[in-house]
Amino acid sequence: MLDLGFMQRALLASILIGTVCGLLGFFVVLRRYAFIGVGISHSAIGGVAIGLLLGLPPLPVAAVFAVAVALGISVVSRRALLGEDAVIGVFFSGSMALGIVLFSLNRGYQQDLFSYLFGNVLAISPTELGALAVAATMIAAVVVALFKEQLFIAFDEEIARAYGHRVDLLDAALLVCLALTVIVGVRLVGVLLVEAMLVVPAATAALWASTFRRQVAISCSLGAASGVVGLGASYQFNLAAGGMIVLVSVAAFFVSLIIARR
Amino acid sequence: MSDVSDLSDCVVRLEQVTVERAHGRVLEDIDLEVGRGEFVGLVGPNGAGKTTLLKAILGLAPVASGSITIFGRALGPSAADRLSIGYVPQRSAIPRRFPATVADVVMMGRYAQIGLLRFPRARDREEVRRSLDWVGMTDRAGRAVGELSGGEQRRVLLAQALTASTKLLLLDEPTIGLDLPAEQEFYALLRRLQADLALTVICVSHDLVALAGEADQLLCINRKLHAHGNPEDVIHSHAIREAYSCEFDFIAGELARHGKHGGEH
Repeated sequence: MLDLGFMQRALLASILIGTVCGLLGFFVVLRRYAFIGVGISHSAIGGVAIGLLLGLPPLPVAAVFAVAVALGISVVSRRALLGEDAVIGVFFSGSMALGIVLFSLNRGYQQDLFSYLFGNVLAISPTELGALAVAATMIAAVVVALFKEQLFIAFDEEIARAYGHRVDLLDAALLVCLALTVIVGVRLVGVLLVEAMLVVPAATAALWASTFRRQVAISCSLGAASGVVGLGASYQFNLAAGGMIVLVSVAAFFVSLIIARR
Repeated sequence: MSDVSDLSDCVVRLEQVTVERAHGRVLEDIDLEVGRGEFVGLVGPNGAGKTTLLKAILGLAPVASGSITIFGRALGPSAADRLSIGYVPQRSAIPRRFPATVADVVMMGRYAQIGLLRFPRARDREEVRRSLDWVGMTDRAGRAVGELSGGEQRRVLLAQALTASTKLLLLDEPTIGLDLPAEQEFYALLRRLQADLALTVICVSHDLVALAGEADQLLCINRKLHAHGNPEDVIHSHAIREAYSCEFDFIAGELARHGKHGGEH
């Protein structure tokens, strides 16, 4: 299986994406951003549709769109004094509806829609893999660079603010990283399942470890391992790669739930 | 702001400070001076603006009019302006599964000094060890912070607030939810640290008796400043009854039970 060029690329992509999703996922779980992740990932469909309609590369357009949605959710929920979940519901359904309407403009887009909804890591090109590696490295670098401040905000936003940390900017930076990670993950498991890559490895890690260092290490390792094992299983049994990767990750969660004693 | 050694003896000065929210004025024309090394207790009924006053001092609540200076300077928004200020907010218990050790949480108090894009160094770890030693939590340094008791968690937050070369310590209801022995233990620790580290302390509490027993000066507010002075004088003043809009009497010896006014420290 590893003799095949497309499998080598898929494997590398799975490791990269699984690792960066595991890293971001630590904060998604810690800060209870799971629903924001769902909102951002589903809104990506709107961005993909705009890209296709304008004849531009869909994922970069979707990245810009997802960042705008993430920051929009943050700004509107702060200004409108509404619950974040309600604001996410508005953005999420609005951008998803936009995507569906735009996709319906041209029946030729239907196949593309399927690949973005469920992922298509086996079709990743060398150029795409290179772009993905650059994006994943940059996201990871930003998260690591701001890690201690993000941890402080997760601990107590008010104390962090009192000591002069720019909480709003740091929040925005985390949301931008989250939006970009979602887009990176769409290639692996698709819009519908990318949330699982953000939440499940990190949630599993929280079952095993009581310190952030160990949780991050376990979350990243599980993300990458789910990618590799899921990809191998999908090749072996000729099943959908995205679905298998997520199923492996979910299986690890339930096994951990039974045996982890933290 | 980190070097405060050559500055005046007035650590906090508020002049005619008014803070407004959407529903109206929360604080009105507050004048206050807190001298170096003083322990000021801030009391008042619910909704009196006690927390808002602390937040205004910290620059977290915008001031509509008036001025606030800390160590002789207006407090700017940057971390560099706040390096000698420690803050213990009113907060519920730390979630049991929060993934950090006691030492990690105390280290957070130094993050502003460490700076963005930098990691803690040996000196920072030494400061954390020292702060944990001050609050008697050295042996708990490696424990998950969420697993500690309420009283221990307050001491961790105190160590966090002390770890940034702190000279001014602001506390908001630091003993809320603690039983009486834990509350007395916390205040005894606070008084000892205040003396040992030459701290200036401003402490908010709803517990008038406990705070009056500990503080050098008592400040009673209810939107406006109602009384300020020696705790004995303040709690027996007409102004404090006006602020609380009710009559009450303190049982003789109540303050002595709580603190330095006849208590043992």
